[in-house]
Amino acid sequence: MGKIAKLSRDDVEKVASMAQLPLRDKEKGGLVQQLSKIIDYFKEIQEVDTSGVEPTFNVSGVEQVVREDKAESVLSQSDVLGNASRKKNGFFVVDSLKKIF
Amino acid sequence: MSDVTLLTLAETIEGLKEKKFSDKELNRAYRDKVKKLNSRLNAFLRTDEREVGVPVAIKDVIITEGIETTAGSKILEGFISPYQSTVVERLIQSGCNVLGKTNCDEFAMGSSGENSAYGATKNPWDLNKVPGGSSSGSAAAVSADLSVFALGSDTGGSIRQPASLCGVVGLKPTYGLVSRWGLIAFASSLDCVGPITKSVEDASLVLDWISGPDRKDSNCSRKYVHNSDQLTKGAKGLRVGVPREFFSEGLDREVRKVIENAISKLEELGARIVEIGLPHSKYALAAYYIIAPSEASSNLARYDGIRFGKGREFFGGEVKRRIMLGTFSLSHGYYEDYFAKAAKVRTLIKNDFDMAFRECDVIAGPVSPTVAWELGAKIDDPLSMYLSDTYTIPANLAGIPGLSVPCGFSNGLPVGLQILGKRFEEETVLRMGWAFEEATEWRKRKPELV
Repeated sequence: MGKIAKLSRDDVEKVASMAQLPLRDKEKGGLVQQLSKIIDYFKEIQEVDTSGVEPTFNVSGVEQVVREDKAESVLSQSDVLGNASRKKNGFFVVDSLKKIF
Repeated sequence: MSDVTLLTLAETIEGLKEKKFSDKELNRAYRDKVKKLNSRLNAFLRTDEREVGVPVAIKDVIITEGIETTAGSKILEGFISPYQSTVVERLIQSGCNVLGKTNCDEFAMGSSGENSAYGATKNPWDLNKVPGGSSSGSAAAVSADLSVFALGSDTGGSIRQPASLCGVVGLKPTYGLVSRWGLIAFASSLDCVGPITKSVEDASLVLDWISGPDRKDSNCSRKYVHNSDQLTKGAKGLRVGVPREFFSEGLDREVRKVIENAISKLEELGARIVEIGLPHSKYALAAYYIIAPSEASSNLARYDGIRFGKGREFFGGEVKRRIMLGTFSLSHGYYEDYFAKAAKVRTLIKNDFDMAFRECDVIAGPVSPTVAWELGAKIDDPLSMYLSDTYTIPANLAGIPGLSVPCGFSNGLPVGLQILGKRFEEETVLRMGWAFEEATEWRKRKPELV
């Protein structure tokens, strides 16, 4: 029998942090409620007998498609930087790591 | 000159060939109609000005080179792709031109069109009702004759359901038939690109154009070839499986009657009706709403605002909800009971179809449990919204093709008949759909938009 999760506000904050989703306090309350209801509905599948059943991750049955290890030109540097909100001297600009950690 | 916007794709191609009208006149007529009606429908997010070729509407989760693509999200506002999606490239090579990008639920997550960051699309049959989703704008555009045809995407029903609610034809191809290169990824093991059209023949033509192996989508392996003789072969000799699970509680009584009449029609046309069981289909919804959000949480991790787009605080509510569900289902301590368990249930659902297709050639049933509902009616209860995907989701989990073809009305709103087939047997699905359409003419009824 599987674990039936009951979400707390703490859980919501942990999951949001893992998913790098900035949430306002107002949103957190609503999410606890909505997610709990949905996750509760999921417990249905835990009653299904899946002993000996292999999981399906890809229905196409295609595996290990490879190509020759040859460099090909794809996008130009200006193409790649074209939609960046912050760029400098041909680089993407990111927040300083000191700030993140 | 009679209204060229009422023509199907096949009729349009013939008209251009026989010089009944020029492609400039064709494009002008559609563009004028879009200018006149789009403010009421909000089907198109933007249009392109070129006037050559057959105009096609492209769902805004499909990338178009040089034309803004937003996926219905504020995060990608202003995003202009430096490369072309394979499906649009193939359409252009076949003589088409992008008329515009259509509205959709944000990142294709939704069943009503109301999750778009750019406002909801309205159903052309009743402007107070939802058009369905997530290919809301594409279905509404074809329904209101604002485009010759459209492309949509279907991960849990997002082509078939809005097609059903808007009274047009929608085809979700076999997973692996149409390249996903350029489709903004939602759930990679489920996403399919497909046509939304005015007729079944049109869907067959478009599928021929867009399908086929593509180096850029490793899962894409085969091609569909349009064959008029096969398409018009008729229903005689085909066995139609009717799943008892698709006709139990939850299906609106009036919709049920319309679907049952449609199935009787198939029998009248020479098909043999067989009752079948899909015993694990009742778990499909739960399995899907674990698997799809899990895959989405991974796919949407790329929206970090660094290489493109804005920061993650710009995601809408439904998208945040699904990323949270997915992250939770994949997390340590829950992976086995949620994601891995759902993947095993998926195998059982797929096996149900394999078993069923031993007794029948196609499976028929409803697309949606109800007709179109009031805008705003389900927006506060995500779970009730998810339940509208009950009959469409199983086909995505199994990777099989599914067609929605107009089969009647209930309270003045369209009802679609769903026809499912074996993997890569679009020919049989379309053949059955064509036979039904030809014998009934539901598609000729149009919404009254002044």
